[in-house]
Amino acid sequence: MMVKKKSFGYLFLTTFFVLLTGCNQGELSVLDPKGPVAREQLFLINLSSGIMFFVLAVVSIIFIYVVIRYRERPGDQGLPKQNDGSTWLEVVWTVIPIILLIILAVPTVKMTISQGKMPEKGTALEVDVTAYQYWWEFKYPEYGFVTGQEMHIPVGKKVHLKMTSKDVIHALWVPELAGKMDTNPGKITEMVIQADKPGTYKGKCTELCGASHALMDFKVIAHEQDDFDKWVAKMKNPDSRAKNDIEKRGAEVLAQNCLGCHALEGGGFATKGDTAPDLTNYGLRTQIAGILDNNRENMARWLKNPQKLKPGNRMPSFEHLSDQDIAYLSEYLLNLK
Amino acid sequence: MATFLIITTLVLLLAAIFTGGYNKKFLERVQKSWIWGWITTVDHKRIGILYIVASGFFFILGGVESILIRLQLIWPGNEFITGDAYNQLLTMHGTTMIFFVAMPLLIGLMNYIVPLQIGARDVAFPFANALSFWLFLSGAILMNLSFLFGGAPDAGWTSYTPLALNEYSPGPGVDYYVLGLQIAGIGTILGGVNFITTIVNMRAPGMTFLRLPLFTWTTFVTSAIILFALPPLAVNLLLLQFDRLFGAQFFSTAGGGDSVVWQHLFWIFGHPEVYLVILPAFGMISEVVSTFSRKRLFGYTSMVFATVVIGFLSFMVWVHHMFTVGLGSMANTIFAIATMLIAIPTGVKVFNWLFTMWGGRLRFTTAMLFAVGFIPTFVIGGVTGVMVATVPADYQFHDTYFLVAHFHYTLVGGTVLAALAALYYWWPKIFGKKLDEKLGKWHFWTFVPSFHITFFPQHFLGLYGMPRRVFTFDSTPILNNLNLISTIGVIGMTVGTVAFLYNVVITTIRGKSVSGDPWDGFTLEWTVSSPPPAYNFAQLPLVRGREAFLHEKLLGNKKMKAAEPLGAIHMPSSSYLPLIMAIGLFMSGYGFVLRGFELAALGLIILFIGMYMRSFDYDPGYHISTEEIKQIEKGLKA
Repeated sequence: MMVKKKSFGYLFLTTFFVLLTGCNQGELSVLDPKGPVAREQLFLINLSSGIMFFVLAVVSIIFIYVVIRYRERPGDQGLPKQNDGSTWLEVVWTVIPIILLIILAVPTVKMTISQGKMPEKGTALEVDVTAYQYWWEFKYPEYGFVTGQEMHIPVGKKVHLKMTSKDVIHALWVPELAGKMDTNPGKITEMVIQADKPGTYKGKCTELCGASHALMDFKVIAHEQDDFDKWVAKMKNPDSRAKNDIEKRGAEVLAQNCLGCHALEGGGFATKGDTAPDLTNYGLRTQIAGILDNNRENMARWLKNPQKLKPGNRMPSFEHLSDQDIAYLSEYLLNLK
Repeated sequence: MATFLIITTLVLLLAAIFTGGYNKKFLERVQKSWIWGWITTVDHKRIGILYIVASGFFFILGGVESILIRLQLIWPGNEFITGDAYNQLLTMHGTTMIFFVAMPLLIGLMNYIVPLQIGARDVAFPFANALSFWLFLSGAILMNLSFLFGGAPDAGWTSYTPLALNEYSPGPGVDYYVLGLQIAGIGTILGGVNFITTIVNMRAPGMTFLRLPLFTWTTFVTSAIILFALPPLAVNLLLLQFDRLFGAQFFSTAGGGDSVVWQHLFWIFGHPEVYLVILPAFGMISEVVSTFSRKRLFGYTSMVFATVVIGFLSFMVWVHHMFTVGLGSMANTIFAIATMLIAIPTGVKVFNWLFTMWGGRLRFTTAMLFAVGFIPTFVIGGVTGVMVATVPADYQFHDTYFLVAHFHYTLVGGTVLAALAALYYWWPKIFGKKLDEKLGKWHFWTFVPSFHITFFPQHFLGLYGMPRRVFTFDSTPILNNLNLISTIGVIGMTVGTVAFLYNVVITTIRGKSVSGDPWDGFTLEWTVSSPPPAYNFAQLPLVRGREAFLHEKLLGNKKMKAAEPLGAIHMPSSSYLPLIMAIGLFMSGYGFVLRGFELAALGLIILFIGMYMRSFDYDPGYHISTEEIKQIEKGLKA
């Protein structure tokens, strides 16, 4: 773990963890930002914890001194000398906190306003986020396609999220890239995220949204601009035609079972559901439902009993499908790249 | 409805068989029994004890819920309690601890102590006081019945809409929440009015406002907060009740409503609520620290001023719970600064406590230990409070375990530690026996360190990406270790609590009776016997200085000067009507939950009959004659 000794607070946190675990392998760390928005926020976290450790230290020193020095000792009798207070002291401990708070408030106000400003149109990639119980839809209005659960972004570029919800309130949080923002039904909220380096960043829902709130995970995948453009090209003109008999059979199973809710572009299907994640280029996904690695065994598990893996979600069980059909279906879906 | 009638008939029949039917003799027997005395009491002291006992019961319930929560989170992917069941647990844990443990415990202590501290014989409205208690109890029982009948509420103690609407929370869970809190809330509002009136009107001669003990001051400000903060909650709950029961659309986006309105109204209540449970704690700490440092309070006037300022500011900061709702930079900025301001009067209080101890003679009884343990613990909760007020940083902290750690430091490290200090301190006054000091120390040295073991790591859980209200977490070394440590801490807190309960039992059985003034106290409650007689003061005391009793002690007097000659004392009659009215509202609430509107109507009719009987009740109370008082006083050790 990189140790940036930005403040006493940070030093304290890292020491605590070196003692505790040896090193940091947490993938969702607020303390290890991977983009400018989260980095600014970490600065405020460090500044505020620094000031607060100072306050805590002052209180602790007086506290420890008082508790040791003024203990009752054997032989003490009667009342100690009484006093009513001291205007001088009280002014001191009113004014010093005010100064400390001003030191904290100035950058807070500045950053609240600067982070609240959304980028001008054309300077940022715009992504429309829609939250559902318990999954995320990402729409790229510039390019006119939709994907689910995994948001792809280019590195080094601001990404302007316009967010809403189709059911209850959720909140989008990618700790390494930025703080969180609620998604409210019937309203649009906005925030900016940005990644410095290519990589996969975990995201979570942080507003209690029902039985599977804990499992409403998603990912932000950052690419270099070239790779991002390639991904966009693939998403804009997906090729979802079945390439052999097995895949053909898989496409049939899909058409018969899935397309009432899910959509799949580029395969010539007549129906297009819009209440479940879009399946276009499904083979590129790293996970199923945001929680399972994307492979054949997990696909079968998920199809047979989605309620066990993610309680309360809207996907019915497909136990009636034969193992053979599920194998065909997985073959077809996982080859959509 | 039919079921209800059948059950009622059966119960009456059984009661008739076992009691020998309804006749004069039976009535006499009932009226002489001790239980009748308790359920019809209007004595502030007995009502205080009822509150404390009830909150103890719900503390055990809420505690068991928290143990189950920590067991589920002991390692990742645990399948002990998941999904909806887990949401029910976390909702009931939060709601129970705030509404049915913290508030009644504080209100119970206020009930017992405040009239004694101001030199009064009871609260201003003894009947309403009893009604407050029974309404609180029926609301609390109604809500907890949900576990048995239909499933507990599962939308969090905040019950944000639209999650709390029928569409996303079908079943009666949230209805239990709405009606349980509504009924308990009415009782709390009544209590607030009662305390304000009492403190304004019933102070003993010479007890001016700037001579009130700090606990009374904080009670006064808390009552004002209750009066202004609970009504928004009542309105909010009523709107939600209409949405859920009668198809209104106040909070439903699809129907043209607005779900964010719930959040505003909830936090306009919810933030003052936080101060409602911490201000009395501040008062208790002031009393305990001052008594066991053998010193008057340092900076009394600024303490009073700080209390009032905190009470005022508590209404100005609710949006800091909603920084991530997207209300805009301007709203967020203003509320961030308002929030930071609260740190100033709070800091004043902390330093005043420290300097009350400075130069004192600290006696480390269990009460003092808890009070001293409170100070650094609460400061940690306070400074993280300022941290979450810095808006951009709060975008990271919000709704994570950092926040869970923060508010447990203020609620457990603050309110609970203070209340425990207060219980050890006032126990001899209330029950006439000191809690065992040795067991008390066991309690302290297990409970407080374990508290830190449980909740300190949770700050880091939040920083390492664990949202709150989740039944599982990603398996990473840090999250796994910290969650395990946190769960281990709960064991120590449980041991401490068991030690306390054992202490209570042992003290009740074997404790030695104490005098009226076992701690060499400073305030008026220590001038009467332990426990005090029904009328509290045979003669109202004449208050001649702040810390009235200390003032007399410094002048060399052993007793307060009397402000009136010994004479007959007027007492309010006890009444069964508060219980009947509460049962009426309970039935009504249950009727609404079960959509049995006949039962709901019947309950309301019972309530109205009770109100009618009370309105035309010409009972003038009774008098205790001078001879009786003399006899009682002779029998008491003052």
